Amino acid sequence: MDTVVDLDTALFEGLCRMGDSTLVLGHRVSEWCGHAPVLEEDIALANMALDLIGQTQLWLGLAGEVEGKGRDADALAFRRDVWEFRNLLLVERPNGDFGQTLMRQFLFDAWHQPMLKALEGSNDARIAEIAAKAGREVAYHLERSADLVIRLGDGTEESHKRMQTALDNLWPYTGEMLTSDETDRALAEAGIMAAPDSIRPAWESLVGEVLGEATLTAPEGAYMHKGGNQGTHSEHLGHMLATMQWLQRAYPDATW
Amino acid sequence: MVSEAQVWDWLSEVPDPEIPVISVTDLGIVRDVSVEGETVVVTVTPTYSGCPATSVINFEIEKALRDQGVADVRLERQLDPPWTTDWLKPEAREKLRAYGIAPPIDGTRAEGVVEGRIKRLTGAALVVPCPHCGSEDTQKVSQFGSTPCKAAYQCRSCLEPFDYFKCI
Repeated sequence: MDTVVDLDTALFEGLCRMGDSTLVLGHRVSEWCGHAPVLEEDIALANMALDLIGQTQLWLGLAGEVEGKGRDADALAFRRDVWEFRNLLLVERPNGDFGQTLMRQFLFDAWHQPMLKALEGSNDARIAEIAAKAGREVAYHLERSADLVIRLGDGTEESHKRMQTALDNLWPYTGEMLTSDETDRALAEAGIMAAPDSIRPAWESLVGEVLGEATLTAPEGAYMHKGGNQGTHSEHLGHMLATMQWLQRAYPDATW
Repeated sequence: MVSEAQVWDWLSEVPDPEIPVISVTDLGIVRDVSVEGETVVVTVTPTYSGCPATSVINFEIEKALRDQGVADVRLERQLDPPWTTDWLKPEAREKLRAYGIAPPIDGTRAEGVVEGRIKRLTGAALVVPCPHCGSEDTQKVSQFGSTPCKAAYQCRSCLEPFDYFKCI
């Protein structure tokens, strides 16, 4: 392949991929606030959303700096259209029931943690320090989501059924996060970011172990959707952004 | 012209907005203080990246210094190395306990799913003593408590719920 990838453009893309995934998942998880099945879970979900939004500020803040066009994290979060978002398709899936929310969280956390671990080794100190900071928080997310997937998967007949349904529904969105495109490869070759396919062994081993203990079975030979990290999204993201962005769109630069 | 030691001293009086019994220096989030001519530069590190107290803390620090007559204050953020609960001062741990929050138990931050489960299944799970009655017969209710930095626990002896300031 002779396509020349401009590294600065690739870096902006790469940072948006991280920041948009944490932003969209953070917003999705925050939709549970006040609606979770029990108070403790409500609080836990809101706290995880907070971590994810905090990480978004760091990733998108750096993306804006790298881009050099005067856009800060808020401008990137609230003033871009759906096709400019680079998040994984998995995180824009609707919350569904509590089981689907947890399964989505686990499948993402199992990717997020090894990805951050790899990014800690970035030769760009700004990326390494964000990854080190976020990694400590995400270790708790993963511990919690893996525990709950096991408890509910290996739980009652009803909880098992719901977790298996969630897994079947979400599995086709997991291929994308373990596949690299030329932007990923250019950044990985330059030692700046980690290629998603390098995360695959860690992800597969952890997910396999947890699903086994949870007595859940991943569908075989499922079709894998892709395109989120290049801006091709499902209709769900547009609806989410309409809610998330409306205030900044209706009243740009509003303060209170 | 103020000295750096004087500034540290003033900062030791600035309470954490969410846990007012400890100060920002007890918490270990003030990384550096320097005086550059007329400007006092305070370098602060966030506890959690999404901690909503961060902006309030910056505001409180600036206000405290202005109240002492420092006109020119600059706050800088430093992420690296990431803040950890190991940086809580020893006396801060006692203040937390007296306030009803179990202080972090060193060396117990989340390492990984597999390691964590092995510990729990082999009975080597973390024991967090109740800050109220001291009993070790306590149970975790949720990984997250009233803030991201805490987990929710309950004591099975005195039945009181409490927060545990977890290791990060």
